[in-house]
Amino acid sequence: MNASQIELVCPAGSLPALKTAIDHGADCVYLGFKDATNARNFSGLNFDPPQMREGIAYAHARGKKVLLALNTYPQTGNWASWIQAIDRAAEFGLDALILADPGLMAYATKTHPQLRLHLSVQGSATSYEAINYYRERFGIQRAVLPRVLSMAQVESVIANTSVEIEVFGFGGLCVMVEGRCALSAYATGESPNCNGACSPGKFVRWEDTPRGMETRLNGILIDRFAEGERAGYPTLCKGRFEVNDETYYALEEPTSLNTLELLPELARIGIRAIKIEGRQRSPAYVAQVTKVWRAALDKLKSGGADAFSVLPSWMAELNKVSEGQSHTLGAYYRPWK
Amino acid sequence: MKLALGPLLYYWPRQSVLDFYAGIAESSVNSVYLGETVCSRRHELRLEDWLEVGAVLAAAGKEVVMSSQGLIESESDLKVLRRIVRQAATGQPGFRVEANDMGAVRLLGAAGITNWVAGPTLNIFNPATLQLMMDAGATRWAVAPEMSGAALAEVRAALAAPIETEVFAYGRLPLAHSARCFTARHFNLQKDSCEFRCLSIMDGIALSTREGEPFLTLNGVQTQSARVHNLLGDLPTVMPHAEVLRISPQGSHTPAIIELFRKVVDGDLSPSAALDASRELMVEAPCNGFWHGRAGVEQYIAA
Repeated sequence: MNASQIELVCPAGSLPALKTAIDHGADCVYLGFKDATNARNFSGLNFDPPQMREGIAYAHARGKKVLLALNTYPQTGNWASWIQAIDRAAEFGLDALILADPGLMAYATKTHPQLRLHLSVQGSATSYEAINYYRERFGIQRAVLPRVLSMAQVESVIANTSVEIEVFGFGGLCVMVEGRCALSAYATGESPNCNGACSPGKFVRWEDTPRGMETRLNGILIDRFAEGERAGYPTLCKGRFEVNDETYYALEEPTSLNTLELLPELARIGIRAIKIEGRQRSPAYVAQVTKVWRAALDKLKSGGADAFSVLPSWMAELNKVSEGQSHTLGAYYRPWK
Repeated sequence: MKLALGPLLYYWPRQSVLDFYAGIAESSVNSVYLGETVCSRRHELRLEDWLEVGAVLAAAGKEVVMSSQGLIESESDLKVLRRIVRQAATGQPGFRVEANDMGAVRLLGAAGITNWVAGPTLNIFNPATLQLMMDAGATRWAVAPEMSGAALAEVRAALAAPIETEVFAYGRLPLAHSARCFTARHFNLQKDSCEFRCLSIMDGIALSTREGEPFLTLNGVQTQSARVHNLLGDLPTVMPHAEVLRISPQGSHTPAIIELFRKVVDGDLSPSAALDASRELMVEAPCNGFWHGRAGVEQYIAA
């Protein structure tokens, strides 16, 4: 595998973000409808059908691909909305569907056999046995890996499946296995799996108190910030809690995943696509991150792995848009675990 | 109505585990789920040991189910999974398998096994997906704890043929899995050199908010609720939608909890009296929000 075959997959939470991503060098963008059928169901975000048609036309005119995230789990009563979304995807000419639910995959395979299917990270497939199940059963052509595996484990997955492997390169970091986390459901009743959002904004309260700025999720205190501390969004796994009389980020710090320095190694083991997280982020974020990753991929392609080095300016640009202005290699770095 | 004891989610010393299951053999549960589902580093009992425990329980008339690991990461995790499936295929000793990821589903299918349990982490939320699992050989569905009673009723009503359904009825809720070990993190250790610090922490480590409100429980790579999901008081609305009730093991009083469920199911004790009696047996306050389609942390009492 060489770097020229690695696709850069960028987030498009809106039409301006989509155009920005394409203009700055994305090979593919991924997006969702304005409803619970995708895992970034936030108000003011995502596409209605006319916007989606316009976005697809914009991308296709420039030789780029558009992937539709339909990566939440429908229930009996709302099943029809997801089916409608799949039918629309076929009609609109999207380049692939990103699905998590096997029932939906069965529908897509049967009704629209021409549709290319990707297994969403929400499908929680962490081994080649799991990925090959979806391959054999539904013919999926790509799987997005949860952010839990080491480099050697990713390499082993690639060696044992014909399914293309996509990994997260940059952006907000889930510390839990995607698709296997009910923390938000426990605190608020709404989950990424079924409602398409973690720690939804409507449950968030910011309160300036004599003790400091407090952030709450459905009444539960997630963190408290002293004067001068930058108060972050109360994503519930990134708060400070008390364990045995010690107060600390017990689950995870507010930080972003950044695997830029691992790019040559990821290319060597044969990953086919790098995903940038952040459909909820601004077009400015999309521009910044896409530009840096495009430059890095191009440098790897032209100079090869031996000549590749991460420019300090790239890291500086990326850190500016990182959550908490810091970054981690996540599970690729053993001590992180 | 059958009662099932879920897999032991904590890491107890070997003798404690053996003593615990000796007590369970005497209890009135019908099914017992065995095996390590949380962390592959835990080794007080190996697969052979679990099979021996299973043989004792089977001799006591219990149905034995071996649960597969929830998060499969390495080739050695797959080796253990393959051994469980191979052993199940031989039928000696007889046990069912609970599939907790799609890798297990694939291996069970390849082995031609057709009486497995679709575990709570398979993300089965609609009739189409459940039917796919049934077609692949699932004969029992252990429902994800976050699914409400109303949503469960809709899935069951939409099925062409019924499947035995198991509801998580008691215990701290398993809410999330990670590659990171939060117990090791608490002790400033790396997972690779965790010193097995979760050993003997019988109910996990309590995590509270900065106001001292118990919120979650750290159990190695698993995060649980602090509160105890307890459907004893809700059994009149649960029983029409389930054939099996799962009770998750806790550090002490598990047999007493089982007996409370048995008495309510048999009509020998009222649900509200059973809930009251369970209060002193719980490690933390109760919750039941998930069953009522609300935040899981809530203790909801219908008006």
